[in-house]
Amino acid sequence: MPDSLDAWQLIITGDAALYTIVRLSLAVSLSAVAIAVVVGLPLGAMLALTRFRGRTALIVLLNCFMGLPPVVVGLTVFLLLSRSGPLGVLGILFTPLAMIIAQALLVVPIIAALTRQTVEDLWREYRDELTALNVGPAGRMATLLWDSRFSLITALLAGFGRAAAEVGTVMIVGGNIDGFTRTMTTAIALETSKGNLPLAMGLGLLLIALILVINGAAWAVRAWSEEKAG
Amino acid sequence: MLNRRLFSALAAVALLSFGSVAAIAQDRSIVVASTTSTQDSGLFDYLLPIFKAKTGIDVKVIAQGTGQALDMARRGDADLVFVHAKEQELKFLEEGFGVKRFDVMYNDFVLIGPKRDPAGVKGTTDITAAFDTIRIKKAPFVSRGDKSGTNSAELKLWKESGVDIDMAKGAWYRDIGQGMGAALNTAGAMNAYVLSDRGTWLSFKNRGDLEIVVEGDKRLFNQYGVMLVNPEKFPTVKADLGQSFIDYLVSAEGQKAIANYQIDGQQLFFPNASRDPS
Repeated sequence: MPDSLDAWQLIITGDAALYTIVRLSLAVSLSAVAIAVVVGLPLGAMLALTRFRGRTALIVLLNCFMGLPPVVVGLTVFLLLSRSGPLGVLGILFTPLAMIIAQALLVVPIIAALTRQTVEDLWREYRDELTALNVGPAGRMATLLWDSRFSLITALLAGFGRAAAEVGTVMIVGGNIDGFTRTMTTAIALETSKGNLPLAMGLGLLLIALILVINGAAWAVRAWSEEKAG
Repeated sequence: MLNRRLFSALAAVALLSFGSVAAIAQDRSIVVASTTSTQDSGLFDYLLPIFKAKTGIDVKVIAQGTGQALDMARRGDADLVFVHAKEQELKFLEEGFGVKRFDVMYNDFVLIGPKRDPAGVKGTTDITAAFDTIRIKKAPFVSRGDKSGTNSAELKLWKESGVDIDMAKGAWYRDIGQGMGAALNTAGAMNAYVLSDRGTWLSFKNRGDLEIVVEGDKRLFNQYGVMLVNPEKFPTVKADLGQSFIDYLVSAEGQKAIANYQIDGQQLFFPNASRDPS
């Protein structure tokens, strides 16, 4: 990225390098959230509706993992994916895929833990009805997830916020390669280290603006669908 | 069920992104473990597009301190290392991780400090005398502390100044464990002295009250070298593509391109490759 320009000039002139970075940031974080949804929603609902030995411990662990330090997750994924590590044969270290995996690990606990709480609260309301209708476990999970979908949007946004804002894991497993694994956050770190503080700050404001747009869109979708659902 | 449909849509999104990622991974590309100075100085931004236009090979640079870059190659995570700490590089070769080492270019280190020069070392060309004075006056000094090439050079200079830095360090000696840019930012904020490579200094934008206080001592010489990671240790190393990048760097054409890289009319790196490995 040219150093002499400030961030607003880059945005206005539609700088190609900047758009590559923005696109990659969104693609990685949204993919990580998508994976976390596929894993986290059923996991959370399952924990809410079933009773087994060690369930409480698992819930405490899951809640604790909402605060996993990104740099530790990054280091762990790095060691696993390194050529000398157990998954080195895949050759995916320093690729966007590695970044998606690492961010998904950060986001799954958030979505699973918040889903568990939401579904469990709703289960108290629905228990009698679902029991009377003789709905099986899979049906219960599906019904409760569907009926708490508006609350679950907040869980998704929390997960997305975590993924889009973090720099520790993507720096370690992505390597901040220009045009390939450089995201908004790693670009901000790099420009800061080059002493290019106005550009770093401008990129930071742009990232915040993007997150704001996504949250606004989610809010609008929620309001619209709540109205449709009556 | 609507949420089933939602799940499958999300799964499709995930699969699609996996697919595009896998497609990218098959490009003709090499991973180069290099140093923050080559990246932060802008050399790669200038050089790599020229190389790509000539050969079609994408060079992916992971910029770290020299010590980290060599460790990355020791794990087989890079095809090439392009660093600047000859002793560490020769050790890497001895251990069998590298094939051959080629000199590529040099620049020099400079001692950066606050304009008002609290230790009074400005103007001397004797770097060891300057280091000793800073230690005696306990003037704030920022150390990279990250096993980088610049950090190795700094530690060597303390030794040559007759200072046992482990004994002498106190509150004045701030070991920050970060890259060159971060060290310059820190020195600027604390009015401290710091050893920097000239390239990073010339391209650094947040100089504040800092300036070059000592330069020109021959002990401040800073040699860069390049090595192919040994494909016998790591069969995944892209030896052919990696060798073409080395060949380009030491060729007359590559050397000329390095010499042509300037910031504000100042040349940052001076090519001095020989075709013979060291």
